[in-house]
Amino acid sequence: MSMTATAGRAHADPHHIGLVIEHPGPAPKRTVTAYGFWVFLLSDIVMFSCFFAAYAVLVNQTADGPKGSEIFEQRNVAIETVCLLLSSFTCGMASIAADVRNRFWFYLGMAVTCVLGLIFLAIEFREFADLVSRGYGPSRSAFLSAFFSLVGCHGLHVSAGVLWLLTMMAQVFAKGFRADVLRRMMCFALFWHALDIIWVGVFSVVYLLGGGA
Amino acid sequence: MSDQTHMPAGHDLAPGDEEQHSVGERVLGYVVGLGLALILTATSFFIAGTDLVWQPSIPVALIVLAIAQMGVHLVFFLHITTGPDNTNNVLALAFGLLVVFLVVGGTVWIMSHLNQNMPPMDDFIRMHS
Repeated sequence: MSMTATAGRAHADPHHIGLVIEHPGPAPKRTVTAYGFWVFLLSDIVMFSCFFAAYAVLVNQTADGPKGSEIFEQRNVAIETVCLLLSSFTCGMASIAADVRNRFWFYLGMAVTCVLGLIFLAIEFREFADLVSRGYGPSRSAFLSAFFSLVGCHGLHVSAGVLWLLTMMAQVFAKGFRADVLRRMMCFALFWHALDIIWVGVFSVVYLLGGGA
Repeated sequence: MSDQTHMPAGHDLAPGDEEQHSVGERVLGYVVGLGLALILTATSFFIAGTDLVWQPSIPVALIVLAIAQMGVHLVFFLHITTGPDNTNNVLALAFGLLVVFLVVGGTVWIMSHLNQNMPPMDDFIRMHS
């Protein structure tokens, strides 16, 4: 129904039962882009939930191999968790700096985020390499297959995030705080925070629940 | 036109965006989120390795703490609120969570019953060898 038809009916509706909504037109591009990326992130979380479900089903199928409590090192997981949490915070600081167009704090926040992400990846890589060298690779048991695919998939996302982070720093360096660069930065911040949310599930379900049993 | 009730429908807010705040307020929001998340994380790690609480309650406590921390991240880092400008974001999130619970809950439910209804695998192999 067109606006004029609705306006014409206003006299027949003295008690304003049918409210006339002033349509503001399409949403700004920033909202549309971020909303689309939000839907992608949710589908990514659905994909992770499949890995979580597979892990939950296979966690006891150790095929006489090691159980979770025998191979997990709580101290490493704590360091990884703190790294990712702090990197989420510094990523937030960098996105605030990008919004107010402050280059120094943007570069500083992104650089710290990058270093923390790399520390996380280094610890995770060392853990995986150590397990494989002891003969507990993903082919050892169904439990280890599920463990490596779940945690490894998260690690791959963090690696992709670090590459994206470096791209964003380079784009701000080369192009400045243009509207399209700021939109990408917003999507990156959403991505990085979502990775931290998934890691909360990983360390709780895999390392803490599996480590105690 | 004067007797019409206009409802200026404001624009939606992008996920991750906040309403207009000063830089100080925004930084404070992240600091509060970081503090809460650190407390919840520390509690999780403490509870997982302690003998001070009733042991069977530990898995439930860990899951509750994890969900609480995810909520903290959503509110303070992703700025998902219950405001009218966030309706689309919340609806998408609700649908995502529905699918997550269907996938995880359904899988665990079905597979546990599958194990109950099957003869133990060791007997099965012995019967056929």
